[in-house]
Amino acid sequence: MLKEDGTVDEALMPALSPDDIKKLHAHMVLTRQFDERMFKLQRQGRVGTFARVSGQEGAHVGAAFALRPTDWLVPAFRETGALMWRGITMVQLLQLWGGDERGGRFPHDLRTLPVAIPVGTHMLHAVGIGWALKAAGEDAAVMTVFGEGATSEGDFSEALNMAGVFRSPVVFFCQNNQYAISLPFSRQTAAPTVAQKALAFGMFGVQVDGNDVFAVYRAVSEALDRARTGHEPTLIEALTYRVTDHTTSDDARRYRPDDEVAAWRGRDPIERLARYMRAAGLLDEASEAAVWAAAEQKVADAVTAFEAIEPPGPDEIFAHVYAEKTPQLLEQEAELKARLAGRA
Amino acid sequence: MARLNMVDAIDQALLQAMERDPKMVIMGEDVGRDGGVFRVTDGLVQRFGEERVIDTPLAESGIVGMAIGMAIAGYHPVAEIQFSGFVYPAYDQLVCHAARMRNRSRGEFTVPLVVRMPYGGGIRALEHHSESMEAVFAHVPGLKVAIPADPYEAKGLLAAALADPDPVVFFEPARVYRAIKTEVPEEPYSIPLGKARIVREGSHLTLIAWGAQVRTVKDAAQELEAENVAQAEVIDVRTLSPFDFETVIASVSKTGRAIIVHEAPKTCGFGAEISAEIMERAVLHLQAPVVRITGFDTIPPLAKLEDYYQPDVARVVDAAKVLLEF
Repeated sequence: MLKEDGTVDEALMPALSPDDIKKLHAHMVLTRQFDERMFKLQRQGRVGTFARVSGQEGAHVGAAFALRPTDWLVPAFRETGALMWRGITMVQLLQLWGGDERGGRFPHDLRTLPVAIPVGTHMLHAVGIGWALKAAGEDAAVMTVFGEGATSEGDFSEALNMAGVFRSPVVFFCQNNQYAISLPFSRQTAAPTVAQKALAFGMFGVQVDGNDVFAVYRAVSEALDRARTGHEPTLIEALTYRVTDHTTSDDARRYRPDDEVAAWRGRDPIERLARYMRAAGLLDEASEAAVWAAAEQKVADAVTAFEAIEPPGPDEIFAHVYAEKTPQLLEQEAELKARLAGRA
Repeated sequence: MARLNMVDAIDQALLQAMERDPKMVIMGEDVGRDGGVFRVTDGLVQRFGEERVIDTPLAESGIVGMAIGMAIAGYHPVAEIQFSGFVYPAYDQLVCHAARMRNRSRGEFTVPLVVRMPYGGGIRALEHHSESMEAVFAHVPGLKVAIPADPYEAKGLLAAALADPDPVVFFEPARVYRAIKTEVPEEPYSIPLGKARIVREGSHLTLIAWGAQVRTVKDAAQELEAENVAQAEVIDVRTLSPFDFETVIASVSKTGRAIIVHEAPKTCGFGAEISAEIMERAVLHLQAPVVRITGFDTIPPLAKLEDYYQPDVARVVDAAKVLLEF
């Protein structure tokens, strides 16, 4: 509905106030600034390996924007903007990607599960959470996010099947960014789309332009409504593109042509939204520069705060394996501490 | 007091826990209308309804993965895997998620989940129905592993597992299900996880086992006594994780000799872990090497060869005699 030139099909536009649209834009910009700064920090050795999200803000930020605080989010690892929208701080995300496990403490009240690194196995948790919401009579739903590579995993099918059978209120949100590390979508499946797989599991399937944030927001909003009110799960495929490497440890030039990447860079979801906003009088040169500068400052403040944090102590290794430490853990922790004390 | 078999003792433990805890749900293949293929959940769907005793699609990973989500969202799922030989598709969910969610989220999200499954041989079954893979799970940080030896133990250990804040893999020795009855109090009781049980006191050697093999070593101890060979102490380990090394070490420090008996293959079986603990903590008390009587490093054979594979009383008695004369 939002075309490359920034014009929209008004008949399809979701109900978003000018203020909502400004917030959406500002959050997409913040996500971009954070991603780019994290990349620089990684190259400087100040954080570890992480998965970049630049170019996919339209998909995962648009989707997260449709969630209510009472809904749950079950993420994979390429949804930084969605996590931030849910209230996970940049400082915490820097900690997590910087090798400090305390960053994984996503507050329970935010109903946002920690980052799941194993591909394609976390969607089942969304089905179970959805079952629980429905059993408890809550007016809430679950969204789980994953890439198209995850749809080749067996647990993807088990999750969709279970959600269909139990009518679990889940929105399965696939960011089809065309590549799973080096493998193109055509080698993940012979099906032309992810969305059509919904049919086999007796649920709704929707394909949207993932770089059209309005289309994503609308599709996810409708699916969440269907989940909350009718306990109908939906599979949404948001077509986008991973303009960056897979992670900071990858070099995508080995397996895909530069002109393909350049073409997709030209379809940037933030710029597309900005074109619309400029035409609608929601953004001018000065305010746009201010949005980018404010985001840069927020990121800079977060990095400063992150780098001031004392490194974690060895207690953290043993603290959360079980609710109560076993005799084995107590002994091993004491052994480590005695060695450290001896060295000090 | 009623004498129950293990199937009925577990059924009773589940029923009583379900009555106390409205957030508890049972789920698995054929656990509802059919009452489970071993009838362990018999009568529960009639009592608690299909919302709390859930027949699931045939998908082990799906069952455990969904149960993890339910646990995260405040429910207490009890998932049944129909046979432990079919647990492997769910292994990833158990190891990569159930066992780690607490650690990954620094305690914000937890998985109070029990995964029950029949295990072990001696039931003349098909391929994949006789395995003992307890060591595979005992090796995983974040999981607990409990294995009852008889009906009384089953009810008490399961009650503890159901009340535990962390995921517990609960192996039920299929051979014991209907083979023996013990007195089982009607009122609920709990046997804490992580505490071994001295089944029989003795001073000359220590026989260590769990599950169905507790009966093997008890019988072996009686035979050693009847032949005036030795007074054997018998320990039922009960929980492999966390493992109660104190009870084992105290016993071996007293007797100076130890035999560990399990059905699982010898190499990297849990007997190796116990043997290593004894070496680290009680080597100077030993009068003889620690010995393991185990299954072979083979696929568990089908019915016609199964008896060669399973540890039996004669193997334990013979090994004990060698140790006593070492």
